[in-house]
Amino acid sequence: MPTAPFTEATRLACLLFIFLVPFAAAGLALMNVGLGRSRSAGHMMMASLCCLAVAALAYFVCGFAWQGTIAGPAHEITISGKSWNWLADEPFFLRKLSFDGSPASLTALFQMFCVGFAALIPLGSGADRWRLRASCLSTGVLAAFVYPVFAHWVWGGGWLAQLGVNYGIGRGFLDVGGASSIQVVGGLTALSVTWILGSRRGKYSADGMAPAIPGHNAVLVLFGCALVLVGWLGLNSAGAILFTGGEPSGAALIAINTMLGASASALTAAVITKVRFGKPDASLTANGWVGGLVAGSASCALVSPAEAVVIGSIAGAAVTFSIEWLELRMEVDDPGGAVSVHAVGGIWGLLALGVFGYFQRTVLNVPVDSLPPAVNGMAAGQWLAQLIGVATLLGFVLPLTYGANRLLNRFYPFRVSVEGERQGMDLHELGAGAYPEFVTHGDEFLPR
Amino acid sequence: MRFVGFLMLLAGWFLVLAAVVLFAAAPLRAAFVLVGLAVEALGLILAFRSHLIPREDKR
Repeated sequence: MPTAPFTEATRLACLLFIFLVPFAAAGLALMNVGLGRSRSAGHMMMASLCCLAVAALAYFVCGFAWQGTIAGPAHEITISGKSWNWLADEPFFLRKLSFDGSPASLTALFQMFCVGFAALIPLGSGADRWRLRASCLSTGVLAAFVYPVFAHWVWGGGWLAQLGVNYGIGRGFLDVGGASSIQVVGGLTALSVTWILGSRRGKYSADGMAPAIPGHNAVLVLFGCALVLVGWLGLNSAGAILFTGGEPSGAALIAINTMLGASASALTAAVITKVRFGKPDASLTANGWVGGLVAGSASCALVSPAEAVVIGSIAGAAVTFSIEWLELRMEVDDPGGAVSVHAVGGIWGLLALGVFGYFQRTVLNVPVDSLPPAVNGMAAGQWLAQLIGVATLLGFVLPLTYGANRLLNRFYPFRVSVEGERQGMDLHELGAGAYPEFVTHGDEFLPR
Repeated sequence: MRFVGFLMLLAGWFLVLAAVVLFAAAPLRAAFVLVGLAVEALGLILAFRSHLIPREDKR
């Protein structure tokens, strides 16, 4: 992250991009609603709003203190003469932060939106059975500790970002738009929540069948895709300015890459489902669209448009096949496809940066001389830095988020009662349905 | 099995950290990072398998 003050133009552009980010959260909330059942639609929207609020407050209380900024105070340990920056040491409640348009204040604002976005990801996988208060508790842990710790390592000058300077491994772990700290962290939390909650009743029968439980509103899902794109343009552009020292003029390339990645991914998913099932599947195409956005986040400022198309195409295929594999083989009941879209898509995007990332100039706020030489613009060893980041996500973040949510589940059970699931989350937890004037499908109230 | 799976995930990550700290030569470091990732992959497989739904619980 740049520590020098921004120019007025950069500051204004960055603010504009940051203000677009909530559209990504709104789009994701709509998608989660559409992919769930109609009897839980109001509950899902209410949970989205509550989780956004809890995430913002938790991040305000202690999240930013532990995430920090690249030049801020931090807890460090020295191993073999090298400094390992583990955790920021900023004051709680955003104290001592100057709200003057400095990079630090813009980072705090950006991250407050990002942590809310990350908190919405697990909601899609816990649809139709995750209690409202439990989802708020889980969000509190995510926003207060899990997200800030990993975001510090990547965006706050932590040890992953310093791999290049300290150990000569590429330019250190890089992630321009949050494929790791937002998407994969959210996706792995979604996997933990799905494991803890178990499947919806009726999803897996004793004879080995896994009937599809289709989403109740494809229009909401597809409109959510359009909103998500707007948010992602802001996410990637603001991330590039705040964390890689990019200029606002680079936003054109970022926007083109973002759009191309999503388009290639969605069309790949549509073609695959058309070939396999005879007709293109709307929900899988929508998931492919978001998967392309997720995968393109990591490298949006560092690849050419053609490479963005390749990354998006592979993401579309990976998301489509992994959704089926997780659902049918691994019995992960994930109505929103969050694990595949955000975890699988994000991990692919991070690895793709190591393969395709092209460094015409330094992208970190460190002197060029201290970094390893670039080969034809590609940093030597960048793929290894990306692998180390992925290993950290799987080896540290997954056990941490699983353990934390399991502990919460012991004290406050996540899953709604059998009666509540049969009745629907809207009536059971909120006392009113989202569509009171609609005729309710009779089969939804049959005991299973 | 579940506990072992998550322990293996952590163990794989520590292998990766150890590779970064202990080895200066790029090939050796890369090899150990890949070994760490392989251990994590095994842990992930165990974690997935331990969460398969028992047949009697499917309804």
